[in-house]
Amino acid sequence: MRKGLSWFNVTSIALGFAFLYIPIILLVIYSFNASRLVTVWAGFSTHWYWQLFQNQQLLDAAWVTLRVAFLTATIATVLGTLAAITLTRYGRFIGRTLFSGMVYAPLVMPEVITGLSLLLLFVAIGLDRGFWTITLAHITFTMCFVSVVVQSRLVTFDRSLEEAALDLGCTPFKTFFVVTLPIILPAVISGWMLAFTLSLDDLVIASFTTGPGATTLPMRIYSQVRLGVTPEINAACTILIAIVTVVVIIASVMTKRQEMERQKAERLAAAEA
Amino acid sequence: MAVKSRGRWLVLAIPYLWLVALFLVPFLIVFKISLSQDAIAQPPYEPIFDLSAGWEAFKDAFSQLSFENYSYVLSWDNEFIEAYGSSLWIAGISTLLLLIVGYPIAYGMARAPKSIRPTLLMLVILPFWTSFLIRVYAWIGILSPEGLLNQLLMALGIISPDAPLQILATNTAVYIGIVYSYLPFMILPLYSALEKMDDTLLEAAADLGCPPFAAFWKITWPLSLPGVFAGSLLCFIPAVGEFVIPDLLGGSDTLMIGKVLWTEFSVNRSWTVSSAVAVLLLMVLVIPIVFYQNLQAREVEGR
Repeated sequence: MRKGLSWFNVTSIALGFAFLYIPIILLVIYSFNASRLVTVWAGFSTHWYWQLFQNQQLLDAAWVTLRVAFLTATIATVLGTLAAITLTRYGRFIGRTLFSGMVYAPLVMPEVITGLSLLLLFVAIGLDRGFWTITLAHITFTMCFVSVVVQSRLVTFDRSLEEAALDLGCTPFKTFFVVTLPIILPAVISGWMLAFTLSLDDLVIASFTTGPGATTLPMRIYSQVRLGVTPEINAACTILIAIVTVVVIIASVMTKRQEMERQKAERLAAAEA
Repeated sequence: MAVKSRGRWLVLAIPYLWLVALFLVPFLIVFKISLSQDAIAQPPYEPIFDLSAGWEAFKDAFSQLSFENYSYVLSWDNEFIEAYGSSLWIAGISTLLLLIVGYPIAYGMARAPKSIRPTLLMLVILPFWTSFLIRVYAWIGILSPEGLLNQLLMALGIISPDAPLQILATNTAVYIGIVYSYLPFMILPLYSALEKMDDTLLEAAADLGCPPFAAFWKITWPLSLPGVFAGSLLCFIPAVGEFVIPDLLGGSDTLMIGKVLWTEFSVNRSWTVSSAVAVLLLMVLVIPIVFYQNLQAREVEGR
């Protein structure tokens, strides 16, 4: 019987998506407003975008943020994948409860606590605060997100493939790179992207752990937002939204294609057998 | 074999040690500093444990630790207790609102034809990928007195132009901000619980004469409870310590502990009091966090 959508389902989805998207769409529209007053529409203009590209402070901050996010995502993906392997493949080991606690707690830990505690660590060991301390802090909290994403792929994975490779004399190291990694790669890539955007986005932890000379884009935007809404900030936000949207769509198309190829290969293998 | 086990050890040791050094040890430091006193020095607290100074100095430093900051934070004269209470209240109401808003959306998505589900899922996740700060910022332009919502209501003649709605800088704006920013976190666990549900159960109930609404309460709702718990914890715990939303959307009377901690740290510059605030916040949240960890471990590790 009720396989399809009822009018109630359609309405709730439509209203939900309207709620999620209208604020973002309005923000994008008003970035093209000619007026400096954000709420009065005075015609279409790309003026604020040109203004933006002359704002050296903002561009510097964007460059710092991108470098931090790239380093963070790459290292966090390696660490998070290792953590995921231990949690799904190692069974019981001493200190497992502590380890899994440390992997899941940062997912819900209020940012003010994580930020404060990392800052106090950096002060206690006398590390100069700046670019590298932000990166270290970001790696720590994003690797846990990567680990959860990769784990969910490792759990649904047919382990007989790994066992077959090991039985045929493949070393565990090689098995990982030849068998396991190609299969979990979509999850590893989405883990990387998640870490990248989380790092790009973070304001609170970066504000705690930064020092002179390293201001990230969210910190710059935040200090301007506190003074009020301006079309320049709308324009900066629109560019960020555009980048993220394009990256997410490309990635989802890529994973879909890869998934289809994998299924095709499995069907072929099954047909031959 | 030796090589294999060494490799196995490394795979475990690298992330383990990383998290111990950058997650666990920092908490111990926060705890230690919460027992210290503010000082005009670099770093701005004392005592400082210096192992090279010898055992006597160490014992002396140890005896200087005190619970003074805790009695300061827990005293009724200061606003901290109220801030903890109001943070829990705001986070609780927001979680309830998230559940009310998110459940019908997740339910509709789970009932949608299989072919469009991935697209719907991506549409829910997409706003989550865009910056959190941007999403909060977008609401300032909508809710402010001369903002878009008020303009719309005035144009429609619902409110008079002289009396715009005061939403920005109130707790209502904080609720809207939290519900908006955390909605994907609520929808995704609900959706994954509802999607797994077997439709034939509802058919059987209908065949046996159970009205749809009763079937929902007796079958769908109990089966979706793991998603309800996961989503609620995923929203509630970070919302208690939220800083950006109350700071940008809330007013001067919006009291939330994340903001208090930030002010204590960056304006009052008291590292020891902010550490005590953080330790107490963690103690308030430790039960939901442990509960969430167990739920997550069961879900993700398939145990």
